[in-house]
Amino acid sequence: MSIITNINKLFDHRIRLGIMSILMVNEHADFNTLKELLGATDGNLASHTKALEKAEYIMVEKQFIGRKPNTRYSATKLGKAEFKKHIEALEKLIKTS
Amino acid sequence: MSNEDYLKDISEIKNLMNKSSRFISLSGLSGILAGIYALIGASITYHLVNTYSYGTLILDGWVFRTSMLILLAVALLSIVTGIFLTTRKAKKNGEKIWDNSSKRLLFNFLIPLIVGGLYCIIILGQGRYGQTAGLMLIFYGLALVNASKYSIGDIKYLGFIEIILGLIAAFYPGYGFWLWVAGFGIMHIVYGTWMHFKYDSK
Repeated sequence: MSIITNINKLFDHRIRLGIMSILMVNEHADFNTLKELLGATDGNLASHTKALEKAEYIMVEKQFIGRKPNTRYSATKLGKAEFKKHIEALEKLIKTS
Repeated sequence: MSNEDYLKDISEIKNLMNKSSRFISLSGLSGILAGIYALIGASITYHLVNTYSYGTLILDGWVFRTSMLILLAVALLSIVTGIFLTTRKAKKNGEKIWDNSSKRLLFNFLIPLIVGGLYCIIILGQGRYGQTAGLMLIFYGLALVNASKYSIGDIKYLGFIEIILGLIAAFYPGYGFWLWVAGFGIMHIVYGTWMHFKYDSK
């Protein structure tokens, strides 16, 4: 068994890694906050949140603040666990090589 | 991916975690001004007590009441200055002033501070004012340490210094006034100056 098995393909992208990092330390973050922090375009961010949502790593909540629609995201238990595993695998990889 | 890419990933993760959860716009200048207010307030009080009260504080006397008012004024002025300068700095940096990270910072800062404030008022009401300087320093220090988890900057160390000064003041209540001056006046100026040059002037 190699540690490579814990490297999660789903996290193999800067934006996805970023989304998860932010949601690990914040209960939730809305679309615009993520966009600002990651410096991503609407379409780019949307496709990555979709992918994470499909894997059930993050949860999406749509609501209205006044008249404006607001989409906010939070990490699921599964997402947090997978992210931790991924980070640990990264650390091991760096240490052993 | 190569090793370097992984390292870059990890540093990026760290950076994002900090940026998204910590409020970084605290202004150093407001620390300096808070220290100056404290020094001015303390010197007026010192003058009053030595001129009209023969060096001792009498509860219920007007000197005591005036001192309390000065203390309150120093606290209020410091808070107003802090809010004003921090808002200005956040605007300049294009950051939001009232977001999750600043809310969390304020909430965690206020818990020990309000508890400490109430405690000081209660024991002042019981006439045991010898310990107030120490208690104010200790609770203020705890508030800073508690808030430091949600801000960069080194307010944790300022917090530890305030706590130590507070404990010394508890041990030597006679020096309480001078330790208060050191903690709220001088330390704020030193810390604010340091922060100003480390973060603000960039």
